[in-house]
Amino acid sequence: MNIKFKEKRILMDKKETERTIERLSSEIIKDNPDIEALCIMGIRKRGDVLAKRLANILRKSTSWEIKVGVLDITLYRDDLTIYGPKPIIGSTYFPGSIDGKEVLLVDDVIYTGRTIRSALDEIMDYGRPLRIKLAVMVNRGGRELPILPDYTGISVELGEKEEIQVLLKETDKEDMVKVVEVFNGVR
Amino acid sequence: MELDRKDLLGIQDLSNDEIEEILTTAEYMEEILTRPIKKAPTLRGITVANLFFEPSTRTLNSFILAEKRLSADSINFSAASSSVLKGETLLDTAKNIQAMEVDVMVVRHSEPGSPHFLAKRLKASVINAGDGCHEHPTQALLDIMTIKKNFPTFKGLKVAIIGDIKHSRVSRSLILGLNKMGAKITVCAPPTLLPLWLEPFGVEFEYSLEKTLPGKDILYILRIQKERQEESFIPSQREYIKNYSLTYEKLKKFASKEVVIMHPGPINRGIEIESRIADSEYSLVLNQVTSGVAVRMSVLYLLTQRKLDGSKN
Repeated sequence: MNIKFKEKRILMDKKETERTIERLSSEIIKDNPDIEALCIMGIRKRGDVLAKRLANILRKSTSWEIKVGVLDITLYRDDLTIYGPKPIIGSTYFPGSIDGKEVLLVDDVIYTGRTIRSALDEIMDYGRPLRIKLAVMVNRGGRELPILPDYTGISVELGEKEEIQVLLKETDKEDMVKVVEVFNGVR
Repeated sequence: MELDRKDLLGIQDLSNDEIEEILTTAEYMEEILTRPIKKAPTLRGITVANLFFEPSTRTLNSFILAEKRLSADSINFSAASSSVLKGETLLDTAKNIQAMEVDVMVVRHSEPGSPHFLAKRLKASVINAGDGCHEHPTQALLDIMTIKKNFPTFKGLKVAIIGDIKHSRVSRSLILGLNKMGAKITVCAPPTLLPLWLEPFGVEFEYSLEKTLPGKDILYILRIQKERQEESFIPSQREYIKNYSLTYEKLKKFASKEVVIMHPGPINRGIEIESRIADSEYSLVLNQVTSGVAVRMSVLYLLTQRKLDGSKN
């Protein structure tokens, strides 16, 4: 499969992206006075990077060593049987028990909601958290399941051939959120 | 994304990239085995038949657990309680089981090449779980995984395989695999138990255990396969024990201090290896068994995902 992208427009530049992440973290702190009960789980790929960034900001402002984990939802996908190519598995890491904890699920983009559904299943297989909340950088609409984020960086309505790319300086050298058009291959 | 095949029949056919992919996936599978609830829903709807025409404890149970951990449905078939006794052929048995909408068959048979024979004739994926003296790929993969966890690199790793090399499918698969990974292999046994096919692999031959032990990183011990020996390959068990049994005394005297001991099981204590060593801190035997479940989960996942991918069916 050979997918090609064409950049269409920039949704958030470096400054706006940084500011949005700052805003998300202050909302999270405001909502969670008991920060010690909070555990952040980022969804691969990109959600885990964003989760680490959020955790660093939270650590600075609360001076509590907040726990961060990584979820790889490949084994829980509901489309494994539908189309290929075979997805590559990544590793999942839970930072200790999540029983009775507040889990903040972090992903870069929410679209159909199926990734979040898979992530919820995987978390439930690991333990019984008190509550699970969801933070995303971009809510792009187009939901196929009744799932809504608790914290949203930006909301935007996009066409079917359009796609969001969230770039973060840890992995992409720069912070930026842009819309690209998929013009080759099936998605 | 290297592995793209219907069947896993032997290490011989696998490229280094494919071996790496199986091992990497197996490492992720291991994480599931450490969870409070050791189960993922990945293979829901996939049916696996375990066709064992030869006795097995480790391999069969390891496959059954791997299937359960990934939520596949499985049926177990053993020759002793089946229509094979009534004269049904291997192919008929397999085709009948396939007709029950089975997606994967794990086959162990005393006849070399029987999984290959079935793979050509069945739509289902076939995994070789040991065919006669030929290959036992998942055993070699779990051994390689165990080694990978304990050593930084395979390049130049000094491995001695000691015992009945000739009749061991484990040794063939392991030698093929380690050779691909770049390890340096020495085989040690009485000349009658060393097969000729080893010659082109650059394997070092040694007939004396005392000369084999020094400087090795890994000692891989094999049992004498009485059930596969139609004639006498060794003068007597007593003589074999005297010359080739790995004793604590010989290990201390000749082998390096950091050496590790591996054995595919079943162990015949007091014959190829002294009981004391099998339970010592040198032994990785139980680590091998643990890796086995993860490797088999990985193989089941990688083979079935290819199969489910509609464009390639």
